[in-house]
Amino acid sequence: MLIASTQATGTTVLVVAVFLASTVEMVEALTIVLAVGVTRGWRSALEGVATALVALAVLVVAFGPALVHYVPLSALRLVVGALLLVFGLQWLRKAVLRAAGLKAKHDEDAIFAEHVAELSDDPARAGRDMTAFTVAFKGVFLEGLEVVVIVLTLGTTSHHLGLAAVAAGAAVVLVTVVGLIVHRQLSGVPENAMKMGVGLMLVSFGTFWSGEGVHVSWPGSDLAVPVLVGVYGAVAWALVAALRHAVAEPSVGVAPSGEPVRG
Amino acid sequence: MADDRPDVRGPLVVRWVVAFGRFWWDFLVGDTPELFVGAVVVVGVLAVLCLRPGLRTVAAFVAPVLVAGVLTLSVWRAARQRAR
Repeated sequence: MLIASTQATGTTVLVVAVFLASTVEMVEALTIVLAVGVTRGWRSALEGVATALVALAVLVVAFGPALVHYVPLSALRLVVGALLLVFGLQWLRKAVLRAAGLKAKHDEDAIFAEHVAELSDDPARAGRDMTAFTVAFKGVFLEGLEVVVIVLTLGTTSHHLGLAAVAAGAAVVLVTVVGLIVHRQLSGVPENAMKMGVGLMLVSFGTFWSGEGVHVSWPGSDLAVPVLVGVYGAVAWALVAALRHAVAEPSVGVAPSGEPVRG
Repeated sequence: MADDRPDVRGPLVVRWVVAFGRFWWDFLVGDTPELFVGAVVVVGVLAVLCLRPGLRTVAAFVAPVLVAGVLTLSVWRAARQRAR
């Protein structure tokens, strides 16, 4: 009963982590695709999107089963855990700095306007527009690659690759539908809060799986994951509070940021 | 952001390999090398602790402390850079 309960908790955290991470990345990709489609036409932009999605699907199909069947679980967990730890710490660091006002928040409207200005400089051509195709392809492929890494790593180590893929697919569908409805108003998505949540979960899974890889004995087994999320959440909250205090006290010498940023 | 690193000349394969390497370097290390090094150190310390079976439970409590330390160090570094 307890084992089933802890496994269900771990699975829920996994699904939420994959879904949120995929949502954040897809919002960023959609901003680029919308900018390309609006300025240079939809045909080449959608061809770029379709090609990128096929390339990402090939990566999942090629590497997913290979990782599951041919790499020893212990080694897989160690490498994946370390990868998730690095990845999650990068997300969490950015989210903490943004929440504290030391890094400007990710502004989809500003990024959309920037892409539109860049793409408008170069006039669109008849037939296939390679600029539109390439920008849309790169946007979707690079943002999607992060999703693929998260799906493959979390999915394979927890033996829930199918579930992780479904969670990512649901996020892609949701963002696409909402994006088509609200069109350019992607800035309404609370990206920083979502990135903070994803960062916490990735760091927690990273700690757990890398620990499993070197045979750490986790009290409570899978239940350690939500506990780690809570511990890291408290640390992140304390860091944000300390940095906000430092920003508010000019004598400390930490200046707030105002420039819009990517990433 | 524009990439100000020099273009690599030579055969197409060499350029592809260099571009592939740069991509993964940016993906994993980027402008926060302390996080990459910190994660490697954390895993290394846990591996050493787990060589002794009696310390495997201790490692479970050491792990989040080390990870939180790496995060704090990196955030502190960013705040210091902004203050300069």
